[in-house]
Amino acid sequence: MTSWLIGLRDWVDARLPIMRAWNTHMGQYYAPKNFNFWYFFGVLSLLVLVNQLLTGIWLTMSYTPTAEGAFASVEYIMRDVDYGWIIRYMHSTGASAFFTVVYLHMFRGLLYGSYKKPRELVWLFGMLIYLCLMAEGFMGYVLPWGQMSYWGAQVIVSLFGAIPVIGGDIVQWVRGDFLISGITLNRFFALHVVAIPLILVMLVVMHLLALHEVGSNNPDGIEIKKKKGSDGKPLDGIPFHPYYTVHDLVGIAVFLFVFCFILFFMPEMGGYFLEHANFEEANNLKTPAHIAPVWYYTPFYAMLRATTLEWFGLSSKFWGFVVMAAAIAIMFVLPWLDRSKVKSWRYKGMGTQVAIYSFAISFLILGYLGSIPAGGHFLDHIFHYNPENQWTNEYLSNQYVTQKLTVVYFLFFILMPIYTTVEKTKPEPDRVTMK
Amino acid sequence: MNKIFCGLVLLLLPFVVIANEAEKECGSVDCDKFEPELHDTESLQRGAKTFVNYCMGCHSLAYMRYERLSDDLDIPHEITQQNLNFAGGNIGGLMTVAAPAKMQKKWFGATPPDLTLVARARGPEWLYTYLRNFYKDEKRPYGVNNRVFKDVGMPHVMLELQGMPECKPGPIVTENGGIKRDPLTREEVIYDEHGKLANPCGRLKVEKPGKINGEQFDKTVADLVNFLAYVGEPVALKRQRMGVYALFFVSLFFVVAWLLNREYWKDVH
Repeated sequence: MTSWLIGLRDWVDARLPIMRAWNTHMGQYYAPKNFNFWYFFGVLSLLVLVNQLLTGIWLTMSYTPTAEGAFASVEYIMRDVDYGWIIRYMHSTGASAFFTVVYLHMFRGLLYGSYKKPRELVWLFGMLIYLCLMAEGFMGYVLPWGQMSYWGAQVIVSLFGAIPVIGGDIVQWVRGDFLISGITLNRFFALHVVAIPLILVMLVVMHLLALHEVGSNNPDGIEIKKKKGSDGKPLDGIPFHPYYTVHDLVGIAVFLFVFCFILFFMPEMGGYFLEHANFEEANNLKTPAHIAPVWYYTPFYAMLRATTLEWFGLSSKFWGFVVMAAAIAIMFVLPWLDRSKVKSWRYKGMGTQVAIYSFAISFLILGYLGSIPAGGHFLDHIFHYNPENQWTNEYLSNQYVTQKLTVVYFLFFILMPIYTTVEKTKPEPDRVTMK
Repeated sequence: MNKIFCGLVLLLLPFVVIANEAEKECGSVDCDKFEPELHDTESLQRGAKTFVNYCMGCHSLAYMRYERLSDDLDIPHEITQQNLNFAGGNIGGLMTVAAPAKMQKKWFGATPPDLTLVARARGPEWLYTYLRNFYKDEKRPYGVNNRVFKDVGMPHVMLELQGMPECKPGPIVTENGGIKRDPLTREEVIYDEHGKLANPCGRLKVEKPGKINGEQFDKTVADLVNFLAYVGEPVALKRQRMGVYALFFVSLFFVVAWLLNREYWKDVH
């Protein structure tokens, strides 16, 4: 039996380099031995991607992509398809899980300078993946055809209308109709299940190929390839397989515990993963009182809403759109904004550390502000609204706070060339540290 | 240990804000507390009966099947067919209503919404409060209004059970949630500083009770809302039961993975 399998392997290997591929990417791919907990989120992203692809395929088997049938077909999956509910919840919880692990994965890159030379392309492919993921998540959210699907799509697609002159035509072209309709739903379905997943998978392959060409960074931000042993292998490197395959299994187990807990005990996640209003079928004559995107877009949505600029006679809606687009676009050039001699924040100076903390905190608060109604005062929202005793301090209004935090968000990037140049860095160690 | 703790905190960090969102607004009044009790099959059966008798004249459960309802609530199929499925369709059929949506729109001004998912869209607390807050209002077409859903197009369908509640002036609720009282007499203050009623519909009172008393009515509504919570997600109990097994399995997997990892990493320093 065994010899027969080896024979088959060698037969294939003589025609297709499967052994070389295995060694390049697993068996003899040397990864730094000091990966910490942050390094789980790469493999977790891959795991969730596979989850989304598989559950997605099964969902399409029972889903009807028409305005008349979509909402009912989702309930059909939830009730009449055997274990359809578990597949649907895996997909809906998976969407939020995807953004959670991807945000943490990106933040890891930020902390340890994983975007810096020679890994610029790894970062760029990653950013393209993130962009695709946003489009994928947005279009996927339209498919259940609930109230929030419909009105969320209405709000986001109409953003293009703020572009001067051609905006109106673009909006109509995207929708394929004069309003969000079954035609829009159908094309979003095509893009969500075929076009974007295809691009996504190709980008993930490119992301990994580019990574394995230059090798993984590590929490110390030093190149393990600089110190090689007599056998030509990095002294601080260990083969990805079996060391990191077994290591990642532990991380996967912890992740699955949290994932299953949400899936089985709180699949709506208090209205953040499945919004309450989306349990009502789309109705183009009834606008919901409060339209909020799903949590993973809310930091950018907050920036969009709070923009009041009216430069050059263009509407604040247009500038809001520009601010939102710029907030995402500026992340692409990160590798060229960081001028530091060292990669990891462990050895960067005070400037970087303050900047990263401010950035992370402002991003989280922006996310919260984007999820609550734009007007008024977020303290009223936190400490229960009381008409007798509203907060009136304008410096703490939603809009004011959002605007200031948006500035903090952009300053993190814009000032980066300055603070990474002037700050005093600490000396990097010769070899990786295991802390 | 530290690492695992950090991991858990970070995985849960984006969702911390959720705790605050559970509460829903209930129009002009505070929501009454209500917790669905999906294990209470008898309550669900009573709720199903009330739904079919009082709601299903207009409202459908268009994604729910009679058979599923029978099996989940331990009701024999024959009894379901005789007492719940008035239209006399197949037991495997959906719980739709006979009246066409267009006619209903003509009669009521709006098509009565399908209620399969209403407990998930509105929340059980909202429903429980809404159904107990109809009051007499001659200005409305059906002679009733609702404190939770102002000017709703729905008549008070459970009038024969509850009787007609009427508005009575209510006390002034202070900032800390207490009731404003006269400092000398300790009586509730119901007039504001201009001598007007501060809260003209602060209380509802049923002058002539219907077939059942107030306490029984609350219980009937509770059963009904419990039933609607079940219909919103019939699989909820099974989901939680399976969840326990899933978490147990993942925990076992964690132990194996952790031991395997420790074995391999013994030599890495």
